[in-house]
This record gives sequence, structure tokens and C-alpha cells, in this order.
Amino acid sequence: MNFSEIFKQSNQLCRISPDGRYLATCVQYRLVVRDVNSLQILHLYTCLDQIVHMEWSSDSLFILCAMYKRGLVQVWSLEQPDWHCKIDEGSIGLVSSRWSPDGRHILNTTEFHLRVTVWSLCTKAVSYIKYPKACQKGIDFSRDGSYMALAERRDCKDYVSVFVCEDWHLLRHFETETQDLAGLEWSPNGCVLAVWDSCLEYKVLLYSLDGRLLSSFSAYEWSLGIKSLAWSPSSQFLAIGSFDEKVRILNHITWKKITEFEHPATIYPALAGLGLMCVSTGPLTLYQTHNEISQPPFQIPVVKPDLDRANPKVGVSSLAFSADGRYLATKNDNMASVVWVWNMQKMSLEAVLEQTAAVRCFQWDPRRPRLALCTGTPRLYLWSPAGSVSVQVPSEGGFQVHALSWHSNGDSLVLIGKEHLCLCYMDTEDKSTDSNIWTK
Amino acid sequence: MGDWSMTSPLGVSMENSEISSISRVTLSSSRQNHDSLYSSSLPLSKSSHNVLSAFCIEENVPQCILYINQELSSLGLASMCIATPVEATLNSVPALNAMYELLQAQRRSQRSLEALEQDLLRTSSTLEHLQTGNYRLKDQLELLKREKSGLHEKERQLQLKIETLQSCLKSEKEEIQKLQNIIAGRASQYSHDAKRKERECVKLKERLGQLLIDKRDKKLAIDVLNYLGRSDGKRIQWKTGKAGTSHEGDMYKSLLNDYEARQQSLMVENSELKKVLQQMKRDMMYILSPHKPCAKASPGDDSPERGFPPAGLEGQDEVGECSRENLDQSCEKAREQLTYSIRLQWRRLKNHMEKLDSQVSLAQTQQQSGSEEAVPREVHEEEMQRMRLEVQQGKDFIHTQQQLLQKQLNSSFDDETAALLNDCYTLEEKERLKEEWRLFEEQKGNFERERKNFTEAAIRLGHEKKTFEEDRAAWLKNQFLNLTPFVDRKKYSLSDSQSALSIRSEPELQQSYTPAKLTKSSTYNEFSTTYSSISDGLPSTTELYRTLHLIQPETRHSKRGSWQEPSSPIRAENLFGKSKCSVRCRDPCILSLDKDGDSPI
Repeated sequence: MNFSEIFKQSNQLCRISPDGRYLATCVQYRLVVRDVNSLQILHLYTCLDQIVHMEWSSDSLFILCAMYKRGLVQVWSLEQPDWHCKIDEGSIGLVSSRWSPDGRHILNTTEFHLRVTVWSLCTKAVSYIKYPKACQKGIDFSRDGSYMALAERRDCKDYVSVFVCEDWHLLRHFETETQDLAGLEWSPNGCVLAVWDSCLEYKVLLYSLDGRLLSSFSAYEWSLGIKSLAWSPSSQFLAIGSFDEKVRILNHITWKKITEFEHPATIYPALAGLGLMCVSTGPLTLYQTHNEISQPPFQIPVVKPDLDRANPKVGVSSLAFSADGRYLATKNDNMASVVWVWNMQKMSLEAVLEQTAAVRCFQWDPRRPRLALCTGTPRLYLWSPAGSVSVQVPSEGGFQVHALSWHSNGDSLVLIGKEHLCLCYMDTEDKSTDSNIWTK
Repeated sequence: MGDWSMTSPLGVSMENSEISSISRVTLSSSRQNHDSLYSSSLPLSKSSHNVLSAFCIEENVPQCILYINQELSSLGLASMCIATPVEATLNSVPALNAMYELLQAQRRSQRSLEALEQDLLRTSSTLEHLQTGNYRLKDQLELLKREKSGLHEKERQLQLKIETLQSCLKSEKEEIQKLQNIIAGRASQYSHDAKRKERECVKLKERLGQLLIDKRDKKLAIDVLNYLGRSDGKRIQWKTGKAGTSHEGDMYKSLLNDYEARQQSLMVENSELKKVLQQMKRDMMYILSPHKPCAKASPGDDSPERGFPPAGLEGQDEVGECSRENLDQSCEKAREQLTYSIRLQWRRLKNHMEKLDSQVSLAQTQQQSGSEEAVPREVHEEEMQRMRLEVQQGKDFIHTQQQLLQKQLNSSFDDETAALLNDCYTLEEKERLKEEWRLFEEQKGNFERERKNFTEAAIRLGHEKKTFEEDRAAWLKNQFLNLTPFVDRKKYSLSDSQSALSIRSEPELQQSYTPAKLTKSSTYNEFSTTYSSISDGLPSTTELYRTLHLIQPETRHSKRGSWQEPSSPIRAENLFGKSKCSVRCRDPCILSLDKDGDSPI
């Protein structure tokens, strides 16, 4: 495992282009584009203000930089460095900006969610979509980029509009049976839209692309409901994490619950064969394979949440399926230092990864069943079915990893600190040494 | 008394009052008032001290005789003979006789008196005893009364507590109701307010948007150096109705594609399941039928299950044939027939199994008499008998010792009653012990019976096992030859052979525990030996159960196997994200194998 030198960044804005060739980072006003392999600066753009949001277009040819305070969006081209584009939303304000899947349109959400402005870079045309709903996840594009679902709120009722992204034609518009819609997400095959209610009510609605209600699911009433939701890559499972510290898995044929994963504070041997990994930050060796594998039963540190407060720190807040859909990683908020890995074939607990500090971020390798996680310490933790590794990031100033993101080929990893970043390369050629645990 | 008052002046005139009194007696010898006279003379004689102790003196002999005669006659003795009333002389023989009789009477009365006195004493002592008993009972009664009143008090307090708690509960319930009402009220109020606010917000937004549009915001602009081409290279099209319909078409096409893919995957799964079903049917048929030629080919084979009556075999084959045809048809009607035939065959298989079981047990009983395993059992029996005897002896010994001890303890009490009571206690103890002993005997009998059952079961199991092994070997061979999709059944058979090994080691176990029992018998501990025998018998039961549930783990194993199989292609294929289709068609079969309810057959 190799590490690059450390670069500066601000606002944790570092993105690898979708084709995997470039790394864009923002440093205050500047946007720096590097080659991923050589890390040499290819382009340097200067924006009008400090960049708050940055995004690659899907074809990796353009970069969008948003400056929300000034209501400005600037777009840069990699092919033509002198080409420039500036979109000014004016006094109406800007809270969110994103590319459309075709990379030729920009969708800006104005302040107070007054409207969504669709700017075309091809024709300079502007279109407005009224009544967008301010919620957790109000816009979602289908994975093939052909449809966009938008949550709307009119007359105190929730609606979903499905647009064709090609020409922003409104394909379907239907009312949803939600009290207060909190989010929507397309299934990876783009045929089913999952819509869920706000945390006051546990309700998931599944709509077909043509607006038919396929099914609705509610696990319980009265207490706080859904906290997170994730589709499996094959679209056959829908995992729902909720405030009751459980994950429920729905199937794609009957849309009924197959199983539910609990997150108990004490793990008994009955929960299938698993090894607990206590990753300690003690010795400062570079590699630490097979840290501590304890046998059940064992206790997991639990922080008692303050239930009187709004948004209590309890329940499953993040869910992620591995790229092959075999594993599901979850994090329960009142056990912040633990990541749970579930086996989706056996529908059982595979591993419990206990860290010494609260887990900040975890992400699956886009190619292999390999999980990377960070805890805000100068260490990177990796888990795969064969074992686990923790690696110290070599740096003088104590580089603390706050976030991470994988390269699309799964060979390298961007580690993002507070104001710095560095790349971590997995040694794929050198199979004789440490990396052989991945190929087992 | 009149007489007395009459004579008293007379007595005064006389110089000797004693004489006068006698003379008076003689004078007034009227028979009527004789008793009163006598009674009145007695106190007089007492008061006149010793002079009158001499009853008879020279002067009053005839009177005396008369008197005695009278007395005797009154007592019912032969008074007449003592003296003739006329002469008043003593006739010595009857007088002596009378005297003798009197003496006898006296003696008798003395004796009876003594007896009576003793009786009195005894009764007084018993009275005393009863009284003390009474006192004690009274004390006890008092105590119990006090206890009762205490309990009453406690009960009352508890009642009170219950009442208060109930009232508390009631009030809490009311409170809850109230709170629920409040919550509901608040919720409705909140939702109402939220709606109102939202409406206001919408209104404001509308106004804001209007204002912004009216203002003709100069700043709102896009500044592009030159226009870009579309990412797909096409030219921009005008929005037309045609485009809308084409979008609809596209949408439906994608939906249709999805459904088709799903149907395809279900079809694949279905066909796989059908294959499995067919395989199963074939196996089942094989298990049920081919023993017939086997038995013909090898008549020397002594296993009894080979002679399974081939009664419904032809019909069975027919059913199998038609169901195979039905499988290919795969329509609604066929399904019904299919399930029927499967059920039929399953029932047949079950019957067959049961028959096998019964045959095995029959063979067992036949073999039991001459089997080598019966010998150690007899040894056991003897051992048991001996042990029981020893235990009995020990028990008796203990019992006598206890009795002696009790006696010794009792002797320390002087009190008769205490002894009595102790006697009672010992009796009671004896009763109790007898009861215990009976229970004990009963338990022992149970244990014995259980042990017998266990050993029998173990023997039967061994035989069953052997036949099973043979059966399975044949089956496996056949399966191997058929190259079935259940590749991992082999794995199962391997594990099963291990369990068979463990069963075979059972007779060794049994033999090993006999010496252990011998050593234990010297400690006079019956329980430990019986328990040990039970615990030694236990593994045989678990084995028994395991073998009885043979079919269940097998099916599970085969499920597991088919689980694993499709999983590997997923990983391989899905690494290159585009092969979603194959993933989709592979994954559902995993799902439906896991959840039987979801499988659409």
C-alpha cells in the first residue's frame, strides 16, 4: 500500500472524474485538476469566490463550481481551458446545484425551494420547475440517466413528477400517499421508485415508473420511523434503516419483508459465525493485519441517546451494499464506533468492526467486496471477507482522515482530511505480500 | 330427739351417764326408731371417749347379742342362728360363721377399697395429664389465635394496599387516557397549524416568485462562451407531441424489458426447480421400486427390507410417467396432478419408511434372545439385584440405628407422657419412612424400566443403522451414477458416516459403565448409580433422534448447496457492472429457495 504526498484542499472538495483519469480539488477560489496517476497539475481555474460545491459532469469534460452565497455557478471545460460559463441566479438565491445526467444541463435549486431552474448549456435555454419540496432527498436521477424524479408539494399534498431527462418532458405526475415525503430513490434498474415518509411515520411506498403504486410497507406506528434507505445493486433488495435500530430487507417480488437485522449491544454466538475486529490504534506499525478477533459473546459500547432532543442519535443512519450485492454495511448511531457487515446470502451477521473512535465515513470498493472506513484518526481501516487491515497514514503533521472515496477502478482511494488530502494506492500487482488477503 | 330430751333428765339423775345411756337403749328397744337411736348414740359414744369402746360387757350380753343379731339380719347374714330371740344366748357356731363371713367381707371391702384408691390415683394422674394437655392446647390455641389475628391484620393491610394500588392504577389509566386525548388534540392542532403555515408559506413563495419575475431580474443570466453540442452528438429537437408519445413508448419499453427480464429469471428458476423436482421424483421412485429386482437377483441377502411387497409399483410407474409428461406441459391442470402425484409418492415413501422401521424392530426382537448384547444385560440385572439387596440391608441398618437412638433419647425423659409421645413420634417416623421407601421402590422400578428401554432402543438403533447404511450406500451409488445436481449430498453422507461411527462406539460405552457401577455399589449410594446409568444411556437417545430426523438435515444440506452454487457467478459477473441481467436472473432463485412461500411454482 502506497501513499501519495499530501495536498491542500478546502471544504473537503476533492472528486475523481467519472472516467477515473483526473482528480479535481478546490483550494479556496481555485480549482485544481490533476492527473490521477502522476498527480501533476493539468489545469488550474480561478473562480469568483470561495467554492462551496464542485461536481464533475458525467462525461468528465466539465466541472461545475457553485458559490451559493453569491448565487453563482461557474462551469469549466477540460478540453477547452478558455471556455467559460457563468450562471447567475440573481437575487432569488441558490442552495443547491447539480448536473443533469447528460452533462449538458445544470439544475439549480433556489432559496426557499421556490423553484428548480434548468439551464441548458447547449441552447442557453432556461426552464423552471415549480413547487419542489424541501426535503432530505427531493431529486433523484435514474441510474441510466434517462429519468428524473422530483418531489413536489402543492396544497399540502405530496406529489412526484417524473421527467424525461432528454428534453425535460413531464412523463408522469402523481400524488403520493405520504404525510410528509422525506425522500425518493430510483431502483438501480430504473423501474421502481421508492418513496419514504418523514421520520414521524414509518412508511415506504414503491411506485412503478408509470406511476402505479406497487406496494407500501410500514413496520410499525407511532415511534420515529425511517432514517435511511438503500437499494441493492441488483435491485432485488431494499434495505430500510430506522430509528428502532433495525434494518429491514424487502424483496422485489412481493415487496414484503424478508428479514430484519437487529443491532444488539451484546452479541451471542447464536448470531452465526463471525469474528469481531477490535482495531486498536496502539502500535505505530504500518500494517496491522488481523487485528484482534474476539469470539462472541461480547459487548459493544453503547451511547445512550438523548431522546428528548430532536433527531436523537439512535437508529441506523447509513446503509451501503457492496458492489456485488453480497454484503451490507450498516452503522447504528448510538453505537457510533461500530460498523456492522451483514451477509446478504445467508441473511446473517458477517462481522462487527469495532473501532476505538466513532466511525466518520465508510465506503465499499466499487469493484470488490472491500470496505474502507475512517474514524477521524490518522488511520485507514479496510475490511474484506478474508480479513482486515488498519494502516497508518504516513505524515508529519498528523493527517486525520475525515472522509474517503474510492477510485472507480478500486485501485486507489482518496483520503480527505480537514484541509488536506492524499491518495492511497492499493498494490494490486504485488500479490506476494500483504494484499494476498484480498484474493483469498 | 324427743327421746333424747326425755332421757336427758333421767341421765342427770343417774350417777353414771354411760350406763344410763345404755339402759335407755335397752328401754327403748322399739325397732322403729332404732336407726335414729343408733345414729344418735354414735356421736354420743364418740364424745364419751374410750369407755364405750368395749361394746359388750357382762351386763348387756343379751342386748348385745340381740343387737348383733339384728345387725346381722339387717346385713343379710344368717342372724337367726346366733341367738334365739327369746333366750338371747350366744350360739357359738353360727356366730363364728358370721364372724368369719364378716371378716371375709371386711377383707373384700378392704381390697376393693384399695383398688378404688388406686383407681382414684390413676384417674387423678390422667386428669392431671389431661389438664396439662389441655393447658398446652389452650396455649397453642391462644398462639394460633394470635397468629390468626396477625395474619388477618396483614391480610387487611394487603387488601388496603391492593385497594390503594388499584385506585392508583385507575387514576393512572385515567391520566393516560387524558394524555392520549391531549396528544391527539395536539397532533390535530399541530397538523392544522402546519397546514395553515404551509399555505401561507406557499402564498409567500408565490408572491416572491411573482415579484422576482416582475422585477425582471437583470442579474439572472447565463454567460456562455459558445454553445456546446449534446453529449450524444445529436441536434436539439423541438418539443412536439410526437416526442411525448415516443417517451411514453420508451417508458413502457423499459418497463416491459424489466418485466421480461424478471419473467425470464422466474422461468429459469422454475425450470431449475422442475429439474430438481424431477430428480427427486426419480430418486424417490428408485428408492421405492428397484428393490424388487435386487431381491430377485440376490435371494441370499438376508436383509428383511428387501422383501418389500411390490404391490403398487406398476401404478406408481404409471403415475411417474404421466407426471413427467405433465412437467413438460407446465399448465394449471398439470400442476394439480403434479402435486397430487408428489403427495401420493411421498405418502408411499413414508409408508415404506415406516414399514422398514417396523421390520427392523421385528428383526431386533427376534435377534434379541440369541444376541451377544443380551449377556451384559443379564450381568447388569444380577448386579442390580445384588445392589438392591445391599441397599436394603443398609437401609435396615440405618433404620435400626435410628430406632435405637430414638429409644436412648426417649429414656432421658422421665415423664411417662413424654415416652408416650415419643412412641407416637417413632411410629409416625416409621410410617413416613415406609412411605418414602415405597416411593423409592417405585422410582427404582421406573429407572429400571427406563434403562431397559434405552438398551433396547440402542440395540434396535444399531440394526436400523446398519440397514440404513446399506440403503443409503445403494442410493448414493445410484445418485453418483446419475450425476445429480445435488453434488453436495456427498458431503452430507460423509458427515452422516461420522455419526454412524459414533453410534457404533456405543456398546463400548455400555461396557465401560458396568465396572464404574461396580465400584460405586460399595458406597451404598443408590441415586448416583441410577443417574450414572441414565447419563450413560443419554447419548444413545440423541443418536436415536438424530437418526430419526435423518431426512430433515439432508434437505437442508441440499438447500445450502444450491445456495452456494449460484452465488459464485454473481461475484464473477457483477464485477463488470454491465451484466445486470444475469445477476437478476440468478439472484431470485436464491431468494425463492430461501423463502419457500415466495417461490412461484
